[in-house]
Amino acid sequence: MSERLLMRGNEALCEGAIIAGCRYYFGYPITPQNEVPAYMAMRMPEVGGVFLQAESEIGSINMVWGASLAGKRVMTSSSSPGISLMQEGISYLAAGELPAVIVNMMRGGPGLGNIAPAQSDYFQSVKGGGHGDYRTIVLAPASVEELAHLMIDAFDLADMYRTPVIMLGDGALGQMTEALTLPEPSERKLPPKDYILDGCKGRKERTIKSLRLSPQGALEELNLKLKAKYDEITEKEQRYETYEIEDAEIIIVSFGMASRIARVCVMQAREKGIKVGLLRPIALWPFPEGYISELASRDNVKGFIDVEMNLGQMIEDVRLAVNGRKEVFFYGRTAGMLPEEDELLQKIVEVNG
Amino acid sequence: MKADTANTKPLKAVYTHPESLKKTRMHYCPGCGHGIIHKILAQCIDELSIREETVIVAPVGCSVLIYNYYNCDGAESAHGRAQAVSTGLKRALPDNIIVCYQGDGDLAAIGTAESLHAANRGENFTVIFVNNAIYGMTGGQMAPTTLIGQRTKTSPYGRDKGNSGMPLKWCELLTELEGPVYIERTSVHDAKHVIRTKKAIKKAIEYQRKGLGYSFVEILSMCPTNWGLASLQSAEWVKESMVPYYPLNVFRDRGNGGGK
Repeated sequence: MSERLLMRGNEALCEGAIIAGCRYYFGYPITPQNEVPAYMAMRMPEVGGVFLQAESEIGSINMVWGASLAGKRVMTSSSSPGISLMQEGISYLAAGELPAVIVNMMRGGPGLGNIAPAQSDYFQSVKGGGHGDYRTIVLAPASVEELAHLMIDAFDLADMYRTPVIMLGDGALGQMTEALTLPEPSERKLPPKDYILDGCKGRKERTIKSLRLSPQGALEELNLKLKAKYDEITEKEQRYETYEIEDAEIIIVSFGMASRIARVCVMQAREKGIKVGLLRPIALWPFPEGYISELASRDNVKGFIDVEMNLGQMIEDVRLAVNGRKEVFFYGRTAGMLPEEDELLQKIVEVNG
Repeated sequence: MKADTANTKPLKAVYTHPESLKKTRMHYCPGCGHGIIHKILAQCIDELSIREETVIVAPVGCSVLIYNYYNCDGAESAHGRAQAVSTGLKRALPDNIIVCYQGDGDLAAIGTAESLHAANRGENFTVIFVNNAIYGMTGGQMAPTTLIGQRTKTSPYGRDKGNSGMPLKWCELLTELEGPVYIERTSVHDAKHVIRTKKAIKKAIEYQRKGLGYSFVEILSMCPTNWGLASLQSAEWVKESMVPYYPLNVFRDRGNGGGK
C-alpha cells in the first residue's frame, strides 16, 4: 500500500473508509461532496458492500442508525445544509451510543449559502448541533492524505467509544487533488460489539433506544454515563500538530485548509524576523485546551491569532483555554472567501507591534 | 342417578401466553387496540418460529415502548424514521425478520418521505401500520388519518377539508407503487376482524421470509381515551365511521405466484 497516488479528497476518504472496513454507505447528493456518493456507488458493490441513495439526509442518517444497530461499520456524507438535517439523527446516535462516521464537506452558509469552501459549521459540529447534552468527536484534516488516514481513526474511535464521529472538511479539501499514500488497515484492539441487534439467538433479547422516561433519574443516569465517556475522550484523544512553535511569540491557531494558508504566513513572517508559530488542532473536539493553556502561560508569548474560514467560532474555545492571560486576535474570511496571505501577514505585523 | 361425566373430561389448553410476548403489564389505556395487535403479532412470531431472528423497530407515539413487550430484539427510531431505520437494518441483516411498527402520525405525516420511498424500493421488511385516526401519545391531536368532522385537540371544530385536506388513505396510495408485494387493510374492532388481521400479519411476515419484498398491513384500531368514547363505543366507531372511509381490503397480493 506504499504506492503514491493522485486522488481527489472526496474519493480518497472513500478509499480510507473501505480500508477501515466500512461496507455500508447511505447518502444524498449535495455539492461539494457529490464525488463521495458517486464513488461509493461504484466501489461498494465491488467490495461486497451496500450503497443506497436515500430520499433525503434525514433518510440517510436514520439508515445509518439502522445499520449501526446491527454493528456494521457505516457512514454517510453531506455538506452543511444536509448536515443540519441530520442533527436529530446524530443526537440519537450519541444517546443510543451507536458508532457511525459522518463526513461534512462544509460550504458557505447560513441557509442555502453557496457551494464554496467554508468552516462555518464549527459551532454545529463541536458544540453539539442537535438537541440534548452530548458531544461528538470531530476530526479536521488539512490534506487529502490526512483525510484518507483519519478515516481509519474515525471508524476506530467510533467503535472504541460507541459514539458518532464527524469528519469535518471543507469544499476545497473535498475537491482538491493531491498526492497520497493510502492508509494501512488499523491494528487497534477494539471492544467486542456485545450490544448489537441481530436476533436474540442463544442470548437474552436486547433493545437499543434513547427514550428514558422512568424511573425518575434514568435519563440523568445516561447523561452521566455519557459525561464519563466524554471525559475519557477529552483526556485521551486530543490531537494537534505544531509548526515553529518552540520560540514563538505569536501563536496562530488554525484548522483544516485555513491552517495551510496560515503556515505559509508563518514562513513569511519568520523571514521578516517575527517569531510566529502555528498550532493546528487535528481534533476540534476534544480540543487541545491543555496545550493552549500551557502556551498562554509562557512569558515569551505575546498573543494568539485565531484564523478561520468563518467569522470567529473556534476563537471562543481558544479564549476559554487562554483564559484572559493573553490577547486573542482574529483573522478570517467567510462564505467561500479564502484567507489572504497578505492580510494575515499584515495582522501578524500589527500584533507583533 | 346417572353421573355427569362432562366435567371430568381432560382440559386441553386452547390458549397459552405467546412465548415471544413478555408477561408484563402494558402501558396502553383500556380499550386501546395496540394490546390486541401486540398479542397477535406475538402469536404470528411464535407460529412462524422466528422469535430469535426478529428485530422489532418501534416508532415514536403510543407504541414507542413496544420493545419492552417482546422477547425479541427491538430498536427505537426517531419520529417518522422507522422505515429508514428498517431499511438500514434489513440491508445489514438480510437474513433476519424486520417488523416495523408505526402509528398514523409517525408513518403518514412526519415520516411520509421515508415510508413512501421504502415501499417504492420494495424493501424486504414488514410494516404494521396502526391507524387510529389520532395522535395518542401527545394527547389527541389531529392525525393525517383523522376523519372529516372528527373533533380533536387541534381540530376542535372538526376536521375541515378546506383547512386540512382529506384523510390520507395510505393503502390506496401504495397501490400506485410497484415496490409492495402485499398491501392489506384490516381492523381489530371485533373478534372476526382480529382473526383476519392475524392472518394478514402472518402472511406479510411469511412473504418477507421468502424474500418477496415489501409487505404492508394497515390496521384500523381504537383510541377510546382520545376519542372520548367508552371501549365498546370505540369499537363501534371504527366499524361505523372508519371502515366506510377506509375500506377493508386486500389491495395487493403478489405473493402466491402473481395475483393482484
